[in-house]
Amino acid sequence: MLHDRDRIFTNLNGRHGADLQSSLKRGAWDGTKFLLEQGKDWIITEMKASGLRGRGGAGFPTGLKWSFMPKPQEGRPHYLVVNADESEPGTCKDREIMRNDPHLLIEGCMIASFAMHANACYVYLRGEYVREKEALQRAVDEAYAANLVGKNNVHGYPFDIYVHHGAGAYICGEETALLESLEGKKGMPRLKPPFPANMGLYGCPTTVNNVESIAVAGTILRRGGGWFAGLGKPNNTGTKLFSISGHVNRPCNVEEEMGITFRELVEKHCGGVRGGWDNLMAVIPGGSSVPLLPEHQCQDLSMDFDTLRNLKSGLGTAAVIVMDKSTDVIRAIARLSYFYKHESCGQCTPCREGTGWMWRVVSRMAEGRAEKREIDMLLEVTTQVEGHTICALGDAAAWPVQGLIRHYRHVIEQRIDDYTARSTPADHLVAAE
Amino acid sequence: MSVRRLAAEQPADFAFTQDNLQWAEQQIAKYPEGRQASAVIPLLWKAQEQHHGWLPEPAIRRIAEMLGMPVIRVMEVATFYTMFNLSPVGEHFVQLCGTTPCMLRGANALKDVCRKVIGDERHVSEDGKLSWLEVECLGACSNAPMVQINYDYYEDLTPENFETLLEDLRAGRPVKTGSQTGRSCSAPEGGDTSLSDETLYDGSMVGAWRQRFEQQAAAGDATLADAGGKPADQSRPEAKAAADKGDAEAGKAKVEAVAATGAGEPKAPFSAPTVSGKSDDAPKVAGFAGQPAPGAVAEPEPVSDEAKPELLTAPREGKGDDLKMIWGVGPKLEAMLHSMGVFHFDQIAAWTDDNLRWVDQNLGSFKGRAVRERWIVQGKVLAEGGSEQDAEDAARRDRGETV
Repeated sequence: MLHDRDRIFTNLNGRHGADLQSSLKRGAWDGTKFLLEQGKDWIITEMKASGLRGRGGAGFPTGLKWSFMPKPQEGRPHYLVVNADESEPGTCKDREIMRNDPHLLIEGCMIASFAMHANACYVYLRGEYVREKEALQRAVDEAYAANLVGKNNVHGYPFDIYVHHGAGAYICGEETALLESLEGKKGMPRLKPPFPANMGLYGCPTTVNNVESIAVAGTILRRGGGWFAGLGKPNNTGTKLFSISGHVNRPCNVEEEMGITFRELVEKHCGGVRGGWDNLMAVIPGGSSVPLLPEHQCQDLSMDFDTLRNLKSGLGTAAVIVMDKSTDVIRAIARLSYFYKHESCGQCTPCREGTGWMWRVVSRMAEGRAEKREIDMLLEVTTQVEGHTICALGDAAAWPVQGLIRHYRHVIEQRIDDYTARSTPADHLVAAE
Repeated sequence: MSVRRLAAEQPADFAFTQDNLQWAEQQIAKYPEGRQASAVIPLLWKAQEQHHGWLPEPAIRRIAEMLGMPVIRVMEVATFYTMFNLSPVGEHFVQLCGTTPCMLRGANALKDVCRKVIGDERHVSEDGKLSWLEVECLGACSNAPMVQINYDYYEDLTPENFETLLEDLRAGRPVKTGSQTGRSCSAPEGGDTSLSDETLYDGSMVGAWRQRFEQQAAAGDATLADAGGKPADQSRPEAKAAADKGDAEAGKAKVEAVAATGAGEPKAPFSAPTVSGKSDDAPKVAGFAGQPAPGAVAEPEPVSDEAKPELLTAPREGKGDDLKMIWGVGPKLEAMLHSMGVFHFDQIAAWTDDNLRWVDQNLGSFKGRAVRERWIVQGKVLAEGGSEQDAEDAARRDRGETV
């Protein structure tokens, strides 16, 4: 089990103050000037050595991302944008960082901005996080008052940080949609390339990072990339916040080592699966976008990027949604399909039309009001949506349905059989819609 | 996509209050010159707040004017983002999360409560106090099921406490925000399972990490960078193997550094005896080394070869125990122990403290580990047939840690 001394977010449970004084005592802003004095290259090298992979879902190496920023040019300022638009169903970790350990985040913003020649940073929160925005703003104000950030701060590197918020759109968690939204437009993703590192916010070089990726930076630099890389597994290093929800006895957020087994995670921190381990039916291991895993794949399941990818699922944001045997798995996935239908920005036709279509068909299957050949048709449609859209929302909408068919085709067929058995031929619908 | 249209009945005009105008100027100032359009969402938000929770059409026009934007661009924003309510809502506007994580924990039962107490979705109750809407994931999944009412989250709901909550709001009685069952944020109910180490909060950790840089500076050797902080715990075998590999690579540099500075093995910053009196081998070490200078790591006085334990030339009956079962011992250390003549748990279990320190000082780049990780204690547990975990737990308990 991960030792308390190796946990980064020491106020995750909100038992201690989030104010500057308490945060200083816990080690935030500890020697930040010294870290900056080591130079940009050193910071990026240490981040690369730590093996930190982005915590927003895709798992792209953070140090590498930072190194993509071009050389500074006159008249083209660099920006750091922090993605705090936490909307992936199941995910609720960044919220705890912003309200309980905001100074770790602000310090991380300063370090990351310094490493990529940015003097301004925008933190984009989802609109619903009103209290979290207030908490973060409070911490930013404290940091300004203590001259930790600002034009002439004690660290000798001019740096401004601004808190911005959206107004309820899942799609703004996609980095280019977030930039659009931050520029005051509808949150519709941009085509890439050009990538944000070249053409980001206001057409300037920009890096977009998840809250957790940024907030761990200070601690990693202090204790060394080697320390972080020594935790977890090769290529899946360090600690990670896990959000566990659904059918466990005590759902919670907890920081654990990457590669912890699902069983250990749930039994150690969540009081086990509701009704006992044998009552487990399925797990969505990384937020709603990743395909679910049936119980037999969860026995010794290691929670890391590579293991889950090999099982055709993913670690995503490490939002673990647990379902016990009482769950109607088709309805659970149908509800996710509804979510994607609701949140599609409408820009690309396959996604705009496909998400609604998938939702209607999966909902019919939840009732059993479908034909068995439609299962394959549905699968075929998901592959037509997947990979044919500007952003990954199309993929994200397709994957849960693919996972459902991959592992629970028999349940769908059973449901259809039951429905057919008790219905008369007259109310048997054949149309795809 | 959701279809969103403006309400049929609209007020004639909209103007920000003086305070809100001032606030709007502050918002606009956050963005570079010429980029004032960035403030459109905050301004629309403020207009909605000022206008009883919904956004009227005149406000859209007024904001377009303020920001120098075409009205249609602001209209697009207002209709795209679902948190802008385009028609009137109740004084307490309930947004009920119905997405799968909340659904699994009973959000559907909460919808029934809404229908019973408030009425249909999207309709304001007759007294104007309440209205409700099913929304998508609000990002509080570990506290499911939950609702947002105006700006506050109400978490860990049951149909019973939710109904009481709605009635309290309607009657204007004070209510508790956040978890309705008294949890602290999203900590597990019934007691925290992590973060119980008091030394994290007493300030003793501040500055501990600098030791790594000081040693590096003293050694003048950049290769030490990799040998710096190590996790206090490596329970996963893969991590252990990786770390051992790192040890081996950094070994040479470290030995030189140790010679140059007279310091012990660079440890996890937080294990430094001078930093945390509680941790690791501090008590024993201090006894031999006297008062260590602040910031320096105490080097235990070497023990003479008289303290050498009894060693074997080959494992008894040709087969030794799997020494890797000892917490902190990897393939590299095991080979080192074999070459020293240690093959069995009972050998280790029989050592005295001096024996242990003799072994420890002959561990090369791993020096310090045998004492720090309580090999005698672990050896005893393993000799009696305990598991790897038992050994680790016993060692931790011996160090005064909670297991």
